[in-house]
Amino acid sequence: MSFRTGLLSLAATGIALAVAAGAAPASAQESVKIGLILPMTGGQASTGKQIDNAVKLYMQQKGDTVAGRKIEIILKDDGAVPDNTKRIAQELIVNEKVNFIAGFGVTPAALAAAPLATQGKIPQIVMAAGTSIITERSPYIVRTSFTLAQSSTIIGDWAARNGIKKVATLTSDYAPGNDALNFFKQNFTAGGGEIVEEVKVPLANPDFAPFLQRMKDAKPDAVFVFVPAGQGGNFMKQYAERGLDKSGIRVIGPGDVMDDDLLNNMGDAALGTVTAHHYSAAHPSAMNKEFVAAYKKAYGNRPGFMAVSGYDGIHMIYEALKKTGGKTDGDALVAAMKGMKWESPRGPISIDPETRDIVQNIYIRKVEKVDGELYNVEFATFEAVKDSGKTKK
Amino acid sequence: MTAQDDVGYHARQQARWRLSEVAFWVLVLACALLFPSRYLIMTDILRLALFALSLDLILGYAGVVSLGHAAFFGIGAYSAGLLALHGIVPEPVLALFVAGLIATVVGFLTSFLVIRGVDLTRLMVTLGIALLLEALAERFSNITGGSDGLQGIEMQPILGLFAFDMFGKVGFFYCLTVLFILFLLARRIVHSPFGLSLRAIRNNPLRAAAIGIPVNRRLIAIYTLSAFYAGIAGALFTQTTALASLDVFSFEKSADLMLVLVIGGTGYLYGGLIGAVVFKMLQEIFQTITPQYWLFWIGLVLVVIVLVGRPRMHRWALWLPNLVIRRFAGRKAVVAVPERDGP
Repeated sequence: MSFRTGLLSLAATGIALAVAAGAAPASAQESVKIGLILPMTGGQASTGKQIDNAVKLYMQQKGDTVAGRKIEIILKDDGAVPDNTKRIAQELIVNEKVNFIAGFGVTPAALAAAPLATQGKIPQIVMAAGTSIITERSPYIVRTSFTLAQSSTIIGDWAARNGIKKVATLTSDYAPGNDALNFFKQNFTAGGGEIVEEVKVPLANPDFAPFLQRMKDAKPDAVFVFVPAGQGGNFMKQYAERGLDKSGIRVIGPGDVMDDDLLNNMGDAALGTVTAHHYSAAHPSAMNKEFVAAYKKAYGNRPGFMAVSGYDGIHMIYEALKKTGGKTDGDALVAAMKGMKWESPRGPISIDPETRDIVQNIYIRKVEKVDGELYNVEFATFEAVKDSGKTKK
Repeated sequence: MTAQDDVGYHARQQARWRLSEVAFWVLVLACALLFPSRYLIMTDILRLALFALSLDLILGYAGVVSLGHAAFFGIGAYSAGLLALHGIVPEPVLALFVAGLIATVVGFLTSFLVIRGVDLTRLMVTLGIALLLEALAERFSNITGGSDGLQGIEMQPILGLFAFDMFGKVGFFYCLTVLFILFLLARRIVHSPFGLSLRAIRNNPLRAAAIGIPVNRRLIAIYTLSAFYAGIAGALFTQTTALASLDVFSFEKSADLMLVLVIGGTGYLYGGLIGAVVFKMLQEIFQTITPQYWLFWIGLVLVVIVLVGRPRMHRWALWLPNLVIRRFAGRKAVVAVPERDGP
């Protein structure tokens, strides 16, 4: 037996042992398991961290037992890569026998897991991804985040009514970005506005400089921006570097670009930016003040809209379990979630019983300085906005 | 005995199947039957192993470094995806082959760029090709789906008989079969006179040319073959996950592959297989322990592996088997040799 042959047999034994170690023992059926699949590393990591934090916070506040059953969270990192998501979801369903899969930082990840939710009859709680089509991909998908259509149509109407005539758009080139663009365009042009320049930036290339130059040359009244949560800081930095903040071109868009997570570090260039969104850390309700204070205390910074989606997602799971008396039958749980209404830190929200998508208030907000910090201060409210991405069909 | 006979004799000796190799494959098969709940991660390992095997063919046998091997993986992945999505070649095995051939063609065309340089330029050129393809895939998002990936791929049953199931069982055995067949082929090739000439080139291209080996043609041939292997690995990826996204071209994919070979070693075919297992298991274990900071631990382990050195680790790892061999077989302890310089 030579060295290498020895190595071979050793390696094979190693595989056997390692795989055995990886196959975690199935624990008692007592607890309700929630597979939380989030991007915890890579470019979308801030999304994952916020949701994870919020879920932990909720469970600290409300306890980890509901309807007599213990809640167990199994957190997995997919790095926002859809094939990872799919594999992890599959393993969670098959091996861990999870009762819910939740999280999903980006649209492709949510779509990749959708067929598994259907096959496994497992409720899939989408806490981040915001493309309209997601909830149509499986009857087991329920969303607690938002859709781009909700905020983009509203900002489109608002812009057309508030003296903005010419708009250049800059959107990330993937499904949510295209949703944002199309719904904005539709409502803005219907209100008499004109799109003078349309730029799509690659999702994985956060260098906006060349695109910003084109924006500057097109001289629009405003630039409509959608970039995913996490890239907004970079955008505003380059926007200010190019001097666009002094050129009189305003920034409007769905609120993703003004994510509370990053807003305070964007500097004064962000002042005056008007966005439409479902959540601001400055939302003036008692519940939100309490939520923001608790989140700040626990994690040292303020919650963004991803955190609130995670908070509502876990709340919905708790409430659904209460309704079913702790039973974890997938159909019963989804039925319990349909039409559910509750008060969230973002305001009153409900789940549309037909589409399983979220119905929520959309607020028009302007970035202002409050106590020396930048906040999205809400000044107009559109109540109970449904996802127009589906109602149009 | 002439020199030629002598070489031929040693080559044949080398090409014989060893007991331990048989044991390796038997154990792989045993794993398949023992852990029915872990098919998905094992399929992932098999795909990575095949991909690593393809890099090993050029790196370990011909000494061609590449930081852009994901280019061919990606070509294979998107080809297989598009063939299935548009129903051009609905049958997976045939589609697998076609996707592999497409990668082969691209490999052949780019090989002329790669053979021109030496190590550093080769790194740059291969990296460049992969980045180029990634940018193209992103640009032509109407064909590739861009950052959203190819959505809605539905795989037909293999040979019209075996449908891909949710537990990944069919996918796993499909990958295992493909890996095994391609492994046999690779094994046959590296032990052939062609394979021997590659090793001569790796050790000293000038001298190899001096004894009449057509260096460039051999390099083109092996590079093209390696592209075929990578393409097949990519196609397997798409077929078993029913997904293809821009990540298939990513630099991380190529870099991970290098890591796999750093762990497993090059130039004896099993390096990629063993490396893939170790790499994926490390990833899986650290991800389970700390979903947020697992990259740190992986990095640390890799640094330690490089610092300690593979030969020394092998020696430690083989300490117990050696002891057993000495005690019961009465044979001399096995001696560690670096894989490359081994016979």
